[in-house]
Amino acid sequence: MNAKPDSTALTGVGHETSLPDARGHFGPYGGRFVAETLMGPLAELEAAYHRYLGDAEFLAELDDDLTHYVGRPSPLYYARRWSDELGGARIYLKREDLNHTGAHKVNNTVGQALLAKRMGKMRVIAETGAGQHGVATATIAARLGMRCCVYMGVDDIKRQSMNVFRMKMLGAEVVGVSSGSRTLKDALNEAMRDWVSNVDDTFYIIGTVACPHPYPAMVRDFQAIIGREARAQSLQREGRLPDALVACVGGGSNAIGLFYPFINDHDVKLIGVEAGGDGVATGRHSAPLSAGSPGVLHGNRTYLMQDECGQIEETHSISAGLDYPGVGPEHSWLKDSGRAQYETITDTEALAAFRHLTRTEGIIPALESSHALAHAAKLARDMKRDQFIVVNLSGRGDKDMHTVATIDGITL
Amino acid sequence: MSRISACFESLAARRGKGLVTFISAGDPEPNATPALMHALVRGGADIIELGVPFSDPMADGPVIQRASERALEHGTTLDEVYRCVAKFREQDNTTPVVLMGYLNPFEHVGAARFAERAHAAGVDGVLVVDLPPEEAEDFNRVVKAAGVDQVFLVAPNSSSERVKMICNYASGFVYFVAVKGVTGDKAVDVDVINARIAETRTLASLPVGIGFGIRTPQAAAASAASADAIIVGSALVEIIEHHGTNTEAAAGALEVFVRSLRDAIDGKAHAA
Repeated sequence: MNAKPDSTALTGVGHETSLPDARGHFGPYGGRFVAETLMGPLAELEAAYHRYLGDAEFLAELDDDLTHYVGRPSPLYYARRWSDELGGARIYLKREDLNHTGAHKVNNTVGQALLAKRMGKMRVIAETGAGQHGVATATIAARLGMRCCVYMGVDDIKRQSMNVFRMKMLGAEVVGVSSGSRTLKDALNEAMRDWVSNVDDTFYIIGTVACPHPYPAMVRDFQAIIGREARAQSLQREGRLPDALVACVGGGSNAIGLFYPFINDHDVKLIGVEAGGDGVATGRHSAPLSAGSPGVLHGNRTYLMQDECGQIEETHSISAGLDYPGVGPEHSWLKDSGRAQYETITDTEALAAFRHLTRTEGIIPALESSHALAHAAKLARDMKRDQFIVVNLSGRGDKDMHTVATIDGITL
Repeated sequence: MSRISACFESLAARRGKGLVTFISAGDPEPNATPALMHALVRGGADIIELGVPFSDPMADGPVIQRASERALEHGTTLDEVYRCVAKFREQDNTTPVVLMGYLNPFEHVGAARFAERAHAAGVDGVLVVDLPPEEAEDFNRVVKAAGVDQVFLVAPNSSSERVKMICNYASGFVYFVAVKGVTGDKAVDVDVINARIAETRTLASLPVGIGFGIRTPQAAAASAASADAIIVGSALVEIIEHHGTNTEAAAGALEVFVRSLRDAIDGKAHAA
């Protein structure tokens, strides 16, 4: 691996591991569990993706967009004052919050939208929880002149009203979903129903590394630029690789994006942080890897939060982006194989880290990313000064001002 | 011979078309289900499809989504579904019953245990909406061994290769999805799909039922022309929803509507 930051879009794809297999399996996880009507379109998508993965013109356009539109490479920032206050290991932040639209999500939406354009599908749809993926999709749709429809649970629409307004400003239609638990999982169901009904002219831009093959692999490959940059930047700044990587895990796209290029670096610990909500023991959380069991939802086999009858359970997290009962199948595989470990952080702990980073570094993190920060803070205290951790600061916290203000009893 | 095969043989013998009717088990509540199943048979249904409710019915339109929610609110577990079928079987030992649902609840109890208990209750077949043939091998082996047919979906965009792969696993009949969409979606364009159904019938060597989007006797008659059976669901579930908790009224209305479907497809069958 080159020691200087390398922003070439998909460099290194396919070399890190041989997974998934040809049918999209990561060990027992992943696969393609959908109604027959979607099998053809998924095969078509997979073929197009593999074709453009090796297409120099496509890769050059993607690379150009990531550089000049998204603003890559994102910095690897040493959080000196925060690290000093914590004591122990030094913490670096991979600044995905500085991307255009304010989160890592745009890395993937740019890639999938360019693919949609080449497939001649000028209508894109998306599901969104916190609204970051919806905004990133609406943004690229505006730029490419595509029609855009975003599905969002009505509960999430309430707590993320700013992002809803942003999507509408960008010309997207935002459809409230009031079935089921009225959050991300239900938005995903509804987007999938739209796709199956309009599959001839519509491209479904999925925002996470879950769902049927090829999405988990494709979204990972588009997000792996995070890890490739972080790896090269670590070598450049510290002359060696980090001792640990920490990222929050809802569906798990920012985490897999950071982890994937380090999979064969066995001295680098990979730590995913799930939303512990009120605490895993209370049952009010969103931590399928820590407290769930394997099952099939949204087109793939993976760890799920489910009851004793196999019905999907409602989840809870302070952060809408982590409020999801499943997780990408590659994370399930990384957990079982022991290559990555998964921890939980409660709402309260995440909020404390949110405030601490804001006050010591002048960086307001997303509540999602604050889960990773909170765990990194715990971890750093027990490590030595000459060690260092890279945390994926996957998004900025502007969208969460309303949530935090409400908790503080303030009306904005 | 399985009840499903016997049913289609009898239909073929009299050159008739099959009428497959879908309702959600446990909608509006589990105790109502056996009576509603009998009403379907009185109206002239040949086969009953019984929906197994799931929290995330990704392939269903709003009508069946709401039915699933009502059923789950009233505690419709798989155990309750078995009880509904067993109760139905006390008075009807000939009408085939096919469970239609999503993989996770079946897999969660284990395919073998599910198939064994379903068979014991009098279930004849199972259609797992989100289990395409690529992922079906283990499940298929186990349910077949327990004497339960596995019905598969075929879509208008399924390639000939896929239809062949599906037919390696399918038994009972195959379910041709008439529209690219969710259950209860836009109306079927009969002309467009007739050719695909004819091809499927050639490849399948199994009876072909057509469903998704058949909502009226007229549509039923038109669709019956090219298939061995027609499948109606959302239109029936709407009737149940309309009558709320008044099971008796719902049963009466279901019987009347199913008879109108029966008459329509029989007229067509006789004319053919």
